Amino acid sequence: MTALATERLCKNFLGVQALRELSIEFKEGQCTGLIGPNGSGKSTLLNVASGLVPISEGAIVLSKHRLNCLKPHQILKYGMSRTFQDGRLIGQISVLDNLLLAMAERKPFRALFQFRKNDDLARAEEMLRRVNLWDKKDVLANGLSYGQRKLLEITRAMATGAETYLLDEPFSGLFPEAIEIIAGLSEDMKKKGKTIVLIEHSMDLITRLCDRVIVMDAGKLLAQGTPQEVLHNADVLEAYLGK
Amino acid sequence: MDYLINLSILFSIYGILAVSLNLLVGYTGLVSLAHAAFYGIGAYAAALLMTKAQMGFFPAMLCGMGLSACAALVIGMVLSKFRGDYYVIASAGCTIIVYNILMSWREVTNGAIGIFGVPRPAIGDFVFTSNFAFLGLAFAFLVLIVLAAQLIASSSFGRVLKAIREDEDVARVFGYRPLHYKMLIFVISAMMASVAGSLFAVYLMFIDPSTFKLVENVFLLAIIILGGLADNRGALIGTLILIGLPELLRFTGFPTEIAAQMQKVVYGLLLIVLMFLRPQGILGKFRI
Repeated sequence: MTALATERLCKNFLGVQALRELSIEFKEGQCTGLIGPNGSGKSTLLNVASGLVPISEGAIVLSKHRLNCLKPHQILKYGMSRTFQDGRLIGQISVLDNLLLAMAERKPFRALFQFRKNDDLARAEEMLRRVNLWDKKDVLANGLSYGQRKLLEITRAMATGAETYLLDEPFSGLFPEAIEIIAGLSEDMKKKGKTIVLIEHSMDLITRLCDRVIVMDAGKLLAQGTPQEVLHNADVLEAYLGK
Repeated sequence: MDYLINLSILFSIYGILAVSLNLLVGYTGLVSLAHAAFYGIGAYAAALLMTKAQMGFFPAMLCGMGLSACAALVIGMVLSKFRGDYYVIASAGCTIIVYNILMSWREVTNGAIGIFGVPRPAIGDFVFTSNFAFLGLAFAFLVLIVLAAQLIASSSFGRVLKAIREDEDVARVFGYRPLHYKMLIFVISAMMASVAGSLFAVYLMFIDPSTFKLVENVFLLAIIILGGLADNRGALIGTLILIGLPELLRFTGFPTEIAAQMQKVVYGLLLIVLMFLRPQGILGKFRI
């Protein structure tokens, strides 16, 4: 089953074609690596899929729903959440509040009369303990180290309970301990049948975590297949690895 | 003693204005210069309904809140089209429009002459004639508004406001509609400012448009920035300082002929020094 697909997807930025008739599929319950040189359109694809950037042409289909006209706040209802490459936490609220943001009531009138719920707190505690951030629950997110911010961001995305996750370079710049924690979280998500789209530059991590790999170059699909197939693809070696 | 009571009444009224503006500027990041407009609408609604329709204070105040809420819905929708500096300028335009309506719609508002003889509030046979009794009423409203603001800030709604203030895109990705949140807090804040306006009208028993000029917004912004944004206690401390400081400067002993001007110079200098020492405000958690 296809969880997420693009159909002849195009995105132009003032004449620059970031995505060119891109037609790809991400299978349900699989972790798909999305790789390509810088500027190949990977993050643009995630921004378009999460509704932050409007589509120029083509379509995005999430679990049979076309997302073309949906706003970012509607996309979570269809079961998709994401992280950002630059770790966009809400810096001036606590670690715990950042996590509760992903769990709380969305309707403003109801949110006005909702305070911290015990169920949410118990779940938040479990999730924060998993990434060793429970001790930091009352610290402002701005006060976290780079690695802790990355851990909190992926935990926050997971707290939405979505079925599909778009992870934009969650491992970049992390120490091995933090990499192991995030890799463990990704493996757990896979076991639960979640779909993961993972942008990553480390081929070791791609090989370890991903069932399939999609290679993009200049906004187009260059190759796709298992990590081993892609690693031995001549076009990929030339365009991406420079061999 | 009466002097202190009068100051405390002013503190209560400006405290309501500061706490309500802090919900917009401090918690949501909307630097609004439209607050004086809702303050004015509340004041004029109470004054007109009490003098021309012989309505009691509390129903008149509720009508003022309703009118302010309607105006805030319209103004908030217009302002939602703007961001950053443009939002500030557009919101200033709203105060200018309301001020000029109050000035020029003479048949209703009596123009620059204002409205005299606004009666003091009454509950049953008890009329809040003395300033001491009126202080009790104004302070009770201040406590209610501060409690409401504190509940809003600590609710899930308050958490979303802070998220919107820092990164609207992230709030959207997590399923929130910033426009709805901004509209609701704008309306709530306007209704609170309207309460302050109604209290002001019955306190002075007279109002004219001069209180609701653009510069009033600058004063209110100074209060909450000085006290510290995104903290209700900060808004109250800012109010205490900016209402109390000019009064304290009366006792500086400048020669009579230059006393008024020198007091304002010292007042301005103290504000500059305070901002230099604590740019985030006294209890500030957020900087614009």
